[in-house]
Amino acid sequence: MATPITQPLTKRSQVVSEKRMTLMERIYLPAIVKGMGITLKHFFRLRKATVKYPEQLRPMSPVYRGMHVLKRDEQGRERCTACGLCAVACPAEAITMVAAERKKGEEKLYREEKYAAVYEINMLRCIFCGDCEDACPKEAIFLTDRLVPTDYTRGTFVYGKQWLVEPLDPALRVDVSKRQPKAVAEFKKDRNFAHNR
Amino acid sequence: MPKVTIDTIEIEVPEGTTILQAARMIGERDAAHRHVVPPTMCYYSKLKTSGGYCRTCIVKVTKGSDKDPRPMPKPVASCRTAVMDGMVVENTTNPELLDARKGVTEFLLINHPLDCPICDQAGECHLQDLGYEHGLSKSRYAFERRTFEPIDIGDTIKLHMNRCILCYRCVKVAEQLTDGRVHGVINRGDVAEISTYIQEAVDNDFSGNMIDVCPVGALTDRTFRFASRVWYTKPMDAHRKCPTCSGRAVLWMKGNEVLRVTGRKDQWGEVEEFICNACRFDHKDVKHWTVEGPRQVDRHSVIGANHYELQLKQKLLTKAAPDSTPVGRPQELPGA
Repeated sequence: MATPITQPLTKRSQVVSEKRMTLMERIYLPAIVKGMGITLKHFFRLRKATVKYPEQLRPMSPVYRGMHVLKRDEQGRERCTACGLCAVACPAEAITMVAAERKKGEEKLYREEKYAAVYEINMLRCIFCGDCEDACPKEAIFLTDRLVPTDYTRGTFVYGKQWLVEPLDPALRVDVSKRQPKAVAEFKKDRNFAHNR
Repeated sequence: MPKVTIDTIEIEVPEGTTILQAARMIGERDAAHRHVVPPTMCYYSKLKTSGGYCRTCIVKVTKGSDKDPRPMPKPVASCRTAVMDGMVVENTTNPELLDARKGVTEFLLINHPLDCPICDQAGECHLQDLGYEHGLSKSRYAFERRTFEPIDIGDTIKLHMNRCILCYRCVKVAEQLTDGRVHGVINRGDVAEISTYIQEAVDNDFSGNMIDVCPVGALTDRTFRFASRVWYTKPMDAHRKCPTCSGRAVLWMKGNEVLRVTGRKDQWGEVEEFICNACRFDHKDVKHWTVEGPRQVDRHSVIGANHYELQLKQKLLTKAAPDSTPVGRPQELPGA
């Protein structure tokens, strides 16, 4: 048999009261009735907590942080230059990329000398913190108010460039203007920066 | 032996030492005083006659010497000024001087493009560090920057003349390490550029060291071109038996793959020993090397991001001597 403990194990231990329950407490019924009363009250309260999705949508913030987009510039060239700052900023280490050199004749496809040949975000790892869009020096990656669709297999959640880069068609471009604060909009007006040219 | 005071710290140095060397001696003596060392862009202690071009290392001499206590009228280049007995130097304690250095940085950045996201040197670039510390976020230069097309110097080196700050370090390497110089600075002033005559390939055993001495991304390794950002690679100390050089190098690895081989750089960003082209370009297989272990990276360097070697080593140190190091404060380890 173990020897009785003579001193408390921690300083935080408290003495539990060993008060005996009264008769009312011992028969439990009043407490049950009281609890059921609270439940019943909520039956007749007509405040709905649900909406009829997908016909009905909840209001969403314009700066909601959902699925990422890799932007193109006005001329349709990919902005991402595979600098790797998003990946180093990513707290979940969800982003990987492989850089490649732009060849002669590809100037219409890629904005800079270097581009991301492979750019992958693991959406299961991603915590949608938005650090990647903060880190991006080229205004290439943004989080959008689109949701990441569900799926049955894990592999499909690794999104490559075919999912992330926005389409070339101007009508299908993803608008991120609402996500940019006033200071950014001001900055973008300044054509002195090579960044904005 | 002359005694010199730099930012109120006194040191006794041998005759003929420059102010910069004296400051580095202070930094080597006590890592806590490393901030008094002026930054350098063109001076390289391993290359003779280097220095005196970039003016980044300027300091204020408030007292010439004990014999002649007059202050020097203008900031002086610390890499080219020898110390005198009783000299008093101000570097970080003089706001006027810091302002002057800011001006120098602005001049260096006049033609330098802001293409760090593309440049392979980003993360280990001295100009990037300098710009971060002293630079302005905006350029006041109204004219177009001068631009050049990137040139291949031989099949292993890429020259981006856009990024060059004309520090002459690579020219000194060509002069002092290799036989028969085929590489130098042509033209003068604003149109000066480094070049090989008629783009002649630099082809000798030590030409690759130009890449290591280049403080910016003007000369980069073509075999490493866009392969990875430096902070995703893991620097490992390694050596091999080499008939031409010491064979002591750093392997920049990703998994088991050797992406790049460079010389070992000390805390001032200078290579300890120059390595030959065979080691640098031809032995990109980990089997050719004896790996000594992970290289200690400065705690403030981006290269150390997501690397845990330092903490590991720290843990071993604290285990060996639990009372010698305070918990939660990693020991400062030398080496960059």
